[in-house]
Order: sequence, then C-alpha cells, then structure tokens
Amino acid sequence: MLKSVGEAVEFNHVSMRYPGTESNAVTDANVHIKAGEFFSFLGPSGCGKTTLLRLVSGFLDPTEGEVRIGGKDMRGIGPNKRPTAMIFQNLALFPLMSVAQNIGFGLEVRGVSKTERLKKAVELLELVDLPGVENKMVGDLSGGQMQRVAIARGLAVEPAVLLLDEPLSALDLKLRQHMRTELRKIQRRTGVTFVYITHDQGEALTMSDRVGVMTGQGVIDQIATADQLYNEPQTAFVADFVGENNAFAGAVTETDGDYAILNTESGSLKGRNRLNLNSGQKAIAFVRPEAILLAEDSTAVENILKFTVKNLSFEGSFITVFLDTPGGQTCVMKQNNDGSTPLMQTGTEIKVCFSAENTQLLPYGEVSYA
Amino acid sequence: MRKLWQDAKHNFGNIGIIFILATVGGWFIFMILLPQLIMIDYSFRPLLPLRKIGGPEDVYTLKNYMVLFTTPLHRAIFFKTIWSSIIVTFVAFAICYPISYYLAKMARGARFSLLMMGIIIPYWINELLRLFAWQLILSDVGILNNILMFLGIAGEPINFRSGNSAVILGMAYAYILFMIFPLYNAIESLDSNQIDAARDLGSSWFRIHRRIVIPHAKPGIAVGCIMTFMLAAGSIAAPLLLGSPSSFWFTQLIYTNFETANWNQGAAYAMVLAGLCLIFIMLMLKLFKVSLKELTK
Ligand SMILES: Nc1ncnc2c1ncn2[C@@H]1O[C@H](COP(=O)(O)OP(=O)(O)OP(=O)(O)O)[C@@H](O)[C@H]1O
Ligand SMILES: [Mg+2]
Repeated sequence: MLKSVGEAVEFNHVSMRYPGTESNAVTDANVHIKAGEFFSFLGPSGCGKTTLLRLVSGFLDPTEGEVRIGGKDMRGIGPNKRPTAMIFQNLALFPLMSVAQNIGFGLEVRGVSKTERLKKAVELLELVDLPGVENKMVGDLSGGQMQRVAIARGLAVEPAVLLLDEPLSALDLKLRQHMRTELRKIQRRTGVTFVYITHDQGEALTMSDRVGVMTGQGVIDQIATADQLYNEPQTAFVADFVGENNAFAGAVTETDGDYAILNTESGSLKGRNRLNLNSGQKAIAFVRPEAILLAEDSTAVENILKFTVKNLSFEGSFITVFLDTPGGQTCVMKQNNDGSTPLMQTGTEIKVCFSAENTQLLPYGEVSYA
Repeated sequence: MRKLWQDAKHNFGNIGIIFILATVGGWFIFMILLPQLIMIDYSFRPLLPLRKIGGPEDVYTLKNYMVLFTTPLHRAIFFKTIWSSIIVTFVAFAICYPISYYLAKMARGARFSLLMMGIIIPYWINELLRLFAWQLILSDVGILNNILMFLGIAGEPINFRSGNSAVILGMAYAYILFMIFPLYNAIESLDSNQIDAARDLGSSWFRIHRRIVIPHAKPGIAVGCIMTFMLAAGSIAAPLLLGSPSSFWFTQLIYTNFETANWNQGAAYAMVLAGLCLIFIMLMLKLFKVSLKELTK
C-alpha cells in the first residue's frame, strides 16, 4: 500500500551544544540505525532525547559530526526537505482542520489533488485501524484516536524515517500498552524506519529491535537488544536504569577467568567479569531481585549472605521482600509465591544466596543507591 | 440569576450592593445612555431658531439624514473616509503582522524587550505631539525630503501632504499598537509545535502562515482590524494636522456642523458614523467567521 521503504540513519560523532549553554545536550553520538529498524532511545528526562530527534528531523544541525539519512549527509537541509516525519510529544495536530485535512496536509503541500488526498487519508486511517473518521474534527477524537491520526499524518508523506517523540506519554496506562503493539504492527506493515524516544523502559524494551540507553548530557551508554540490555548491561547506569537491580559497591580483590571477586560491605561476592576488571578496581556487583533465593543449608552457590528482613509486600504471584544488609543499605528480593510459600517474619535474620552467573560486575558509576 | 444575586449579597452585603448598583448604574445612565439618547433625539429634529423649539414645526424627521444623500460633496467625503480607513487598516495589518509574529514566535530575551519598548514608548507621548512630529518629517523641508534629495531620488521636495497619503501614513502609525496587541496575543497562543509540524511535513513559510498561523489568529485579526478601522474613521486629529483640503475627513464634517451650531445635522452625521462602525464590526465578524463570544476570549 505504501511505496515508502525505510532508510538508514547514522550518527557519526555527533555532538550538539545549544548556543549560550555550558554543557552538551548530545555528546559524541555514534549510532547506526538500520533501514526498516524499530530503534528506541531510552533515557531519563532532560538527557537530550528530543535534541537527538530534532537533529534527525532537521530543526537542529549538530555542532560537531554528521547525521546521515540513507547515506546522505543532511547538514544544511531543512526539515521540510528531509525524508523524515515527526510525531510530536503533544501530537501538534491542526485543530482547525478535519482529520482528512490533517492527514492530507503534507500532500497538499506537494500539490496532490483534493480527491487523491482524501483517498490517501481513508487508506491511511485503515492502516492505523481507525476507519471512518475522516470528516471529524480532531478535537472530537479521543486521545488514542488522535495518536493514530498523528501517525497517519506522518506516514502520509511516505517518509523513509518516522521520528516519534514520546508519543504515548499523554495516554492512560491501558491505552499506552495497547498502542505499543499497534505501533509495532504499523512499523512492520510499512517497513519505515522508526526512531522512537521515551523515558519509559517498558515501551522501549517491548517494541524495539534495538535500544540506545542515554545518560546525562546525551551520552549513549549502550546500544543493544532488549534482552542484552537486561542480561548484559555494559555500564552501572544501564544496569541501574533498566529493570530493577540491587547494587553492592566495592573493590575487586581477585580475578578468576570470566569471573572476579568483589569485596563489599555486605561480604565477598563472586560475579561475572565480562568487562575484564582488574584487581583493585572500584566496581559494583548487580543482582536482580528475582535472582536472589532463600538459602537452604545444602545450597551450593557462590554468594551466600545473611540479611535481616525489614518488611515485605505481598503482591499475589510473588512477594517482594526488603532486606537490611550489614552495609546499611536495602536489598530487594522477589520470591515466587506458589500458594504455600510461608511469609517471613520481619526482624528475623535470613540467609539468601545468588549464583555468580547471575551477578554482574561493572565498573563503578553513579547509581541511585549503592 | 438568583445564584448571582445571592453570591453578590454574600460578598458585598446589602449596602455594598446598593453602592455598586448606584455607582455603576449612575455611570451607565448619565455618562453613556443619556448622551447617546440626546444625540439620537437631536439627529431626528430639524434645526430651528430658539423660539420655535417645542413649537408645531419641531417634529421628528429624517431630513438631517437625507442631507447626506442629497449633497454630493458630503457623500463623496463619507465614502472617501470609509475607503481611506480601510486602507489604513490594511496598511496597519501589513506592518503589524510580521512584527507580531516575530514578537510572539521568534524574539527571545533582550531582543524581545527592546522591540516591545520601541513599540510602547512612543505611546507615552501625546497623540498630537506624535502627529506634529510626522508633520515635521513629511514637510517640504522635512527629514524625509532631505534624505530623498540627498540620495538623489527626488529632484525637488515632494509634497507628501497634498493627497491622502500623509493622513493614512500618520494614522497607520498612530494605531499600530491597537493592531499589534490583538495580533500578538492571538499568535502567541498558537502552539509552536504546530508550526514545526507543518514545516516538518514540507510546508513553505507562506503556506504555514496561510494555513496555520492566520486561521488561528483570526479572532485577533478581527479585533485589530475593527479597532483600527473605528479609530481611523473616528479620528479628527490626524486629518486636521496632516491633511490637505482633498483629504477632508467625515469627522471634520461633523465637527464643522457642531462648530456652526447646527447640532442636529452634526448629531445625524455622528449617528451615521456610529452605524458605519457597527456595520463594519458585523462584516468583519462574518468575514472571519468569528462569533462575538470568541472575540471577548
Ligand atoms: N532550545 C534550547 N536552548 C538551550 N538549551 C536547551 C534547549 N532545548 C533543550 N535544552 C537543554 O538541553 C538538554 C536536553 O534537552 P532535551 O529536550 O533534548 O531533553 P529530553 O531528553 O528530550 O528531555 P524530556 O524527557 O524532558 O523531554 C536539557 O538540559 C535542556 O535544558
Ligand atoms: Mg523531550
């Protein structure tokens, strides 16, 4: 139905600093987004996501480096001349126009006749599963419907790259989850390259082929698939930001092949040493709450620790247990509940364990708690 | 209505309400309603010597209004005033739209304050003084002629004040503020993302203004045009100070009538002018498809 095919987007050593500011909004970004890929940038508020997107759409040009779309350097090419379409954070639909006029606006600009525009609008509304609303005013639509109209308006100009700036953040939870699958479907149907930015890791992990995780000043820490990000984070920030994690800071005492031993306030911990940390280096051991188990006397895993139960919250299929560590921090543990799991008593000391395989050693970095 | 009354009673008490009704009501009746009614009354009575007032000849008549249709000169002045006021409105809009857009969507920080001050500060000076300044600029030995002759564009002084142009220019300048503020307010309230979105979809700047900015700013444009037109049509100082015999304004006609003690004729013409403004308001509202409610937003 749509002729457009996605094109690759490349960031080559792209840095961006707004005039009159002290620090970079984007720092040395090197990303190669493949044609037809669903790529997400994930990062906390203010980390430079919107700036990155505006560098692709052409509202900004980088202070250093180059942005290439389909292999072509885009410097100096305005937003009206790039093969991109942007879905704005607040959608920015034209309230004085009907749905069909909104969708047809980009075609009107290109001199397409009115009947052609209407035909295309109807077609696109079909594509985004919102048939029959072409004559409504956009103000009469619900949030999710407006969302789809905005996407249809973007797709109408047959862009090679669709840029989405947190388009779901204004929707309620249920609709947001529904739209995730819808967006993914639309992307597959059209083959357009999607560059999606969000601060919601759930969105990024469920929809994307690959995710780039950003930290402050627009530094991209890691580019990987969702499972790689979750299972093999490359930096302390990624380990901390993506999913829940317990962090134990310390120094490496000895290395042992793929593993190393970290001396922390809670005790010695053995973990995977994927990044080849050396003895004496400051590091953090990360353990997921679901990887922490109650230790039996007979358990034979590497890391066994004694913690005190602080409190617990019963969530049905699992129980979240908050533990006080000897180092004075809180450790979270998720216990599966099969219906007969006895509840722990607060204040009691328990023995927990986790395998070295499930423990990630990463170079020291700022995390929310450690 | 009852709710309103009870709220008022709760907020102000009985004495308060009486005070408010007395002052507001008094102001409305004595300052607005009565003078207008007296003018209307005057406009429908013939001009009579003092001793005949109240006599058998003092009856309501349309005679004063008919004068406008039977005197070709007056009619010409009337239509010329309308036409010139429309031109003033147009010129003011053409000057103010880019300025307002720049102020609302592009200027930031110091540049914004500077431009805003540049627009407002001249209004701290009396309108008459500003018009005198224009007189000086446009006179035969004025700055403009000096510059033009210095640049060799004009061989001898141009008489800017011969036709309508000086009056139109002076008025367009005098009423810029009344055009800029409604425009600025309207454009400012447009979400800048809509402009970006249109641009992103490939639109030229011209089309962005035609399809996005101007439709959004319609109520502001209507208000600005109505104010400028009414001020221009009702202006007396600008045509007096900058005008030539050929730029005689309808207000000057009204003024002359009052001066020569023909209050009845003057009142009738004043009513015609008021009617004209009313018609213009209606026309603008129709043209811009704006309702009165939207205007007061
Ligand atoms: N026009 C601008 N001028 C100066 N600084 C800016 C401008 N726009 C953004 N910044 C700064 O650049 C940094 C990155 O901003 P950006 O809007 O890209 O963040 P973001 O990740 O999109 O944030 P959010 O999640 O809140 O939308 C911020 O520190 C911001 O203050
Ligand atoms: Mg943003």
